[in-house]
Amino acid sequence: MQFLSGISLGQFIPGDSLLHRLDPRCKIISTFLLITGLFMASKIPDLVLWGIFLLALPALSGISLKTILKSARPILFLVAITALLNLFWTPGRAVFQAGFLKVTEEGLMTAFEMGMRLFFLVVFASMLMMTTNPMAFSDGLERLLSPLSKIGFPSSEMAVMMTIALRFIPTLFEETDRILKAQLSRGADFESGGLLKRARSFIPVLIPLFILVFQRAENLAIAMESRCYVPGMARTRLNPLVWSGKETAAILGLLAFITAVVLLDRSYFLGFVAI
Amino acid sequence: MIIEHLSYSYNSGTPSEALALKDVSVSVSRGEWVSIVGHTGSGKSTLAQHMNALLIPQSGLVEIDGVQVTPKAKGLRELRRKVGLVFQYPEQQFFAETARDEIAFAPANWGASGEELEQCVDYAVSSVGLEPDLLGANPFSLSGGQQRRVAMASVIAMKPDYLVLDEPTAGLDAPGINELIRLLKKLRSEGLAVIQVTHDLQSALDHSDRLLVLENGMSVAGGAPEEIAQYLLENPVRGLVMPPLVQFAAGLRERGITLDLTSDIGTIIKKIEERRPCAGIAGERQDTCSF
Repeated sequence: MQFLSGISLGQFIPGDSLLHRLDPRCKIISTFLLITGLFMASKIPDLVLWGIFLLALPALSGISLKTILKSARPILFLVAITALLNLFWTPGRAVFQAGFLKVTEEGLMTAFEMGMRLFFLVVFASMLMMTTNPMAFSDGLERLLSPLSKIGFPSSEMAVMMTIALRFIPTLFEETDRILKAQLSRGADFESGGLLKRARSFIPVLIPLFILVFQRAENLAIAMESRCYVPGMARTRLNPLVWSGKETAAILGLLAFITAVVLLDRSYFLGFVAI
Repeated sequence: MIIEHLSYSYNSGTPSEALALKDVSVSVSRGEWVSIVGHTGSGKSTLAQHMNALLIPQSGLVEIDGVQVTPKAKGLRELRRKVGLVFQYPEQQFFAETARDEIAFAPANWGASGEELEQCVDYAVSSVGLEPDLLGANPFSLSGGQQRRVAMASVIAMKPDYLVLDEPTAGLDAPGINELIRLLKKLRSEGLAVIQVTHDLQSALDHSDRLLVLENGMSVAGGAPEEIAQYLLENPVRGLVMPPLVQFAAGLRERGITLDLTSDIGTIIKKIEERRPCAGIAGERQDTCSF
């Protein structure tokens, strides 16, 4: 029995592909551009183009299409709910009616488009996390946010906090898994009984977990202090981020693609109205 | 308990698939002490979790007292009572306010209450030799050795027939280790099967009836301590500290003296004595060479 497995939402997969080697800043900006693009253009013809872009990702990242698609699994439920809500609550021409439930042609379209938009959004965002190691990611974010430090935003502390949080997520899952198993082998039962009983049955897991987290935090604090960590002090990097021509090219290429999709969307829309 | 051709890999079907066990077979009967030795990552903890039905075999067979462990098998919960599993650093599982509640957790989970529960706790407490006046104390306020004993008692309280211990001596000082070994020997004499997972070859050779040596998820040797010692002399296992006797025999062999470690110490000493005055030791002056 493997508990808490299959949590692949944004887990870094080491590799040496083009996407892996790109500067994290470039990837963060690209992801924002993609998300913006998705919100500007998600009609059915646009979705085809986004789909083609998605199909190019395995070649760019060296990660199999299956793994990329799997990253959307945790939010499939959300996608389904969004689609259903849109399906029933969009006014328009009815294609199907049962009682107060009415499915409209427009509803079908919006449901599909909204669902797909959400799906692409998650896949693109997890693409960023799958090809960027957490350290590089928080480095990149820190550099991108650093202009804000002029107005008092603690961007480097933010980055350290994020690095620590990301670093300890897998560790915490491992610890939880271990404690769950230990209590299970002492006869704990997490599956039967009412909601209250089940909630209570997690006390023997949560208390040891909290204790471990506090112990870890304390050890980490001591380790950081013994290496002279001072919040807010300027630190140099072992691997400074480098923005080269490849990053500029990537951003420009992506911008061109997104502009093309958005233009297509607008022309399609205009044409539709004209007819 | 019978384990045959057991294989297991973590995250199977994903890019991070990792083989943990490959074609491992071992059997353990009651009243026997079996040690599973291997380096870190050799799959020994994975094997231990199979014995408790926490992991279900992906291929191969795990059978405990006639019950085969399969995903749908009935009675897996009962198996977990029969096979007590003491995790590494078991005191990290503490959650109760008193040591008594901690020890009563497992038997209460299996439906013991009132008189019966008291009896389970008393049995476990006397078994691990815990001072009864510590029972009311907060488990976190106890010393390391006392915490380990409370943790052991919390598993023994469900009166298992098999006791699987994952690195039970980790973090204990020498007196604590000796005490633990004494306790395990006592439990074995009471008819429990003791299965100790460890990387401490010396202690495993000293105390167990049989050993299973794992290397990279595969069992490379199994048998009585003397046979394992002889095996280690021929094939040192990477990542494990070789016991002094094996190192000694290896050193002698380099100088042309072959020891058969499966024979008893008396025979070995006699054999060394026969070689006096060290005719076979090259480049050494005879008078400096005495045993």
